[in-house]
Amino acid sequence: MADVDEPKVVEDLGLDLSLKKKKKKSKTPDAESTPEPTVDDDEDMLAGLKKKKKKSKDASAKADGVDEVTDAFDDLKLKKKKKKKATVIDDFDAQLEKAGVLDDDNKENSPEAAEIPGETTSIKYEDLLHRFFNILRENNPELAGGSGSKLKVPPPVCQREGNKKTLFANVQEIAAVLQRNPEHIIQYLFAELGTSGSIDGQKRLIMRGRFQPKHIENVLRRYIAEYVTCETCKSMNTELKRESANRLHFIVCKACGSTKSVSSIKTGFQAHVGRRKK
Amino acid sequence: MSSIENLKSFDPFADTGDDDTQPTNYIHIRIQQRNGRKTLTTVQGLPDEYDLKKITKVLKKDFACNGNIVKDEELGQVIQLQGDQRLKVMEFLTSQLALQKKNIKIHGF
Ligand SMILES: [Zn+2]
Repeated sequence: MADVDEPKVVEDLGLDLSLKKKKKKSKTPDAESTPEPTVDDDEDMLAGLKKKKKKSKDASAKADGVDEVTDAFDDLKLKKKKKKKATVIDDFDAQLEKAGVLDDDNKENSPEAAEIPGETTSIKYEDLLHRFFNILRENNPELAGGSGSKLKVPPPVCQREGNKKTLFANVQEIAAVLQRNPEHIIQYLFAELGTSGSIDGQKRLIMRGRFQPKHIENVLRRYIAEYVTCETCKSMNTELKRESANRLHFIVCKACGSTKSVSSIKTGFQAHVGRRKK
Repeated sequence: MSSIENLKSFDPFADTGDDDTQPTNYIHIRIQQRNGRKTLTTVQGLPDEYDLKKITKVLKKDFACNGNIVKDEELGQVIQLQGDQRLKVMEFLTSQLALQKKNIKIHGF
């Protein structure tokens, strides 16, 4: 009796899950009411599956999280970077997927699959994957991908100041978002653009030379890649610390805690460029 | 026992050949704005074993621009070329001089 019922129930649930987005709310009570009287063993199984359904909402939220990361780059119109980032995240997801399969296999195999071998096959891979992600998100949200902090880098605002100078109006704002000292960013800009400049009364940056916003975007993009993003988890929620003992600069990630040393060549750069200027 | 022997076959601290300490002397290709819409490309950090004079000569002809060599006390000899030749210089260095891309850094916008 039990043997006959169980596959059915699971099948139903399988269907439910495939329809979860549309009929999430209406179906859940059904799933709860029908199987519970039949077999006790199923309850564990169902508990897991019910969880899945509830959390399938989260799944979409997670997708949003990924979008947020790309959005943050959207603001800078980081087309190339964007692709890279996306693939990086995909890679990460792919790795998690692998891990997810193993995890779920273990869980599914140990209690139930030993009894009914057919059961595991009737549960769809995607559902298991969702479940893994939901559990992961619940317990370790940081590991579930870029959903944590959302950093929006505002696009640089540039105006021409006179004929030969460029006014970069929102350095301070960008520096605040990136959690960097504006001085540091300005140093980088000067070094990369091979120019010099000053800060006006409203803390805006005036640079010698004509630069278009996309030029500055390009440089900022590289700055972010080099001095902001965490190499390990690609989070932009990092801090730049200076170790007084060895005079090295370190990126300390606030998301995963990893540190990475970065070259403090800034000043060196600037001097070289300035001196060579004809 | 055999597994332990297997472990011995790989020494994680052995020199792998591609040590990352080497490419500290990058070749920097930079751009600087001059007056108006004119620009200057500088190539800094080319290894000494290359004949910069000859390279500059070829670059000038290939890119149809003027150029010269500037001697800097700290940075050695630097090639200067008129105009934005960064990508072309990069291409030249990798294809003609067989320099590795990872050792070349392009700066600027
Ligand atoms: Zn990190």
